[in-house]
Amino acid sequence: MKIFNFHLMPYAHANLDEIRRQGTSWVTYSNSFYDPKKGADLYHEYLDQLEFADELGFDGIAVNEHHQTAYGMMPVPGVLAGALARRLKNADLAVLGRALPLVNNPLVIAEEFAMLDNLMRGKFIAGFVRGIGAEYHVMGINPAESHARFHEAHDLIIKAWTQPGPFEFNGKFYKFKHVNPWPRPYSEPYPRIFTPSSGSLDTIRWSAQHRYTYCQTLAPIAAVAQTFKLYREEADKAGYQAAPEQLAWSNAIYVAETDEKALRDVRPHLEAYANDFLSRNPVMMSPPGYSSVASVKRVRAMKQFMSQRQSAEDIIAKGVVIVGSPNTVREKLAAYQDLAGFGISLTKTQFGTMPHKMVQENQIAIAKEVLPYFKNRLPQPIKAAAE
Amino acid sequence: MAHPEYKTMDVRGTPVRVMRAGKGAPLLLLRGDDASEGWRDYMSTLAQSYDVIAPEHPGFGGAAKPEWLDGVPDMANFYLDMIDAMGLQGVRLVGLGLGGWIAADMAIRAKGRIANLTIADAPGLKIDGVEGVDLFLVTEEQGIKDRFADAARAEAEAVYKLTPESEDTRIANQMVIAQLAWSPRWHDPALRRWCHRIDLPTLIVWGAKDAIVPVAHAHEWGKLIKGARVEIIGDCGHTPYIEKPEAFIAAVSKFLAEERVEA
Repeated sequence: MKIFNFHLMPYAHANLDEIRRQGTSWVTYSNSFYDPKKGADLYHEYLDQLEFADELGFDGIAVNEHHQTAYGMMPVPGVLAGALARRLKNADLAVLGRALPLVNNPLVIAEEFAMLDNLMRGKFIAGFVRGIGAEYHVMGINPAESHARFHEAHDLIIKAWTQPGPFEFNGKFYKFKHVNPWPRPYSEPYPRIFTPSSGSLDTIRWSAQHRYTYCQTLAPIAAVAQTFKLYREEADKAGYQAAPEQLAWSNAIYVAETDEKALRDVRPHLEAYANDFLSRNPVMMSPPGYSSVASVKRVRAMKQFMSQRQSAEDIIAKGVVIVGSPNTVREKLAAYQDLAGFGISLTKTQFGTMPHKMVQENQIAIAKEVLPYFKNRLPQPIKAAAE
Repeated sequence: MAHPEYKTMDVRGTPVRVMRAGKGAPLLLLRGDDASEGWRDYMSTLAQSYDVIAPEHPGFGGAAKPEWLDGVPDMANFYLDMIDAMGLQGVRLVGLGLGGWIAADMAIRAKGRIANLTIADAPGLKIDGVEGVDLFLVTEEQGIKDRFADAARAEAEAVYKLTPESEDTRIANQMVIAQLAWSPRWHDPALRRWCHRIDLPTLIVWGAKDAIVPVAHAHEWGKLIKGARVEIIGDCGHTPYIEKPEAFIAAVSKFLAEERVEA
């Protein structure tokens, strides 16, 4: 298993009372609650954490993109990836990902990723996402066109990376008389591509057909296993067998001396993350056309569940995150890998309001107690649950 | 009157479901987000004097969103095609809510077969400082409450609308509505620019307490369309044809009767 250190870079000093009053940290939670002095400190702490992860031997470092929310302060992930590219010695660098439909000119993404791939001399992973539903409210992009824009932007970027320019591109949404971006990617033919998603069947199928690594965003491990099974089935249909490194599970891990201490340490930060930073407003998260009719109905049915706050125990018990002593964390991670069959763990070591020192201790503990046990580990057949 | 059923017709390759009943001059009724619903009482009243033609919008009802549909102007051209295809003359064009926006855009583009125009509580214009409820940010239940001045009527309407049988249709329709109205949110900057081309007798009818498209919009349409008559219905929300059907019908009937034209 490859273990990446993944960061959301939340605004950890968010006013949780105000977020609870608004019912969301997205769209309507005013940026007047952002303090630039505190924010600047956070950016530097978070970048220090990711550079530290490289020193500690994590296989990769990952950032992502979110807009106009306290949930993540990385609307332009290339800025942070650029800062990291000059510091990383061993780890791969991943941007997971850029929200193709939300950026009006996909060639900007083709250029940015090609630059990062050059800076990283090919140790770069390009992520393509559609963006979160709430972001369609703030970026002026029509969610009814989300899928179509995503696919057209993707096709344009791949073409820009593979077909010698200049050429003309005439899509429905993007039209260019001359496409000829410099630099070209360092990797041949282009960087590895990861496609994070919350589990829509369309994305799973498309990702498997393109042999892109599929990343499952935060979800209970049973649902993750189901999603990865669908991916393997889609790969079978496409005529090949999916490898474990085509499946990445996005999680959070916290390690302390004992299970009790770990739970005690993590509770306020994990509960703030799951209940306050993540949006639980189904209308905001599922704008029309962003998801299929079936997905909208699924989200609506979860309304009761979403309106209730989750305790740290619930989140841990469902296998959304792994928290505990070194032994507990190793056992669970191995069991989850065997259950779901992934080859990559995208692991947040900071979440919600967790402060810098605590994150560093967590990173050190993971590096010492977890990473060495999972080098080259592959999913093992489950004996008890044999069919 | 027996309620008519939807029948599917084809307009230049696009299937569209249409309800039609009544005798008299043709009255094309363009509804808003309720355009997949069945026949209602106010339509029966109109059908006593007119040949009421009520289409479900293309892409509504779970049909695939048509390839040609990018915005309200496409919808306007589609309905002009439909009037041509049906061979209608002297059309009384009545647009409610989103349908009013489409109707106004039709009237800008062509008027040969259209006799007069009625629009009710229609979005389409942006007025600085006038904010309605953002229906894309509220639940369906809340959206219905916001549409009514009278809470009891809102409750009855929610029972009528929010059935499990219609849920798939409602969700699918929202995608077409977003295609038309997401950005710019519920308006088209070009519309205001060309409203002066509307050269038809026009009635603007509005609920005084419309929280979705506030009544300032009624007066704005009235200013932009020359000679338009503006009728405000008191103590009424976004859907006067449901909340105050008598007052709505009275205003529309009076206007249409005055505007008798050769069919």
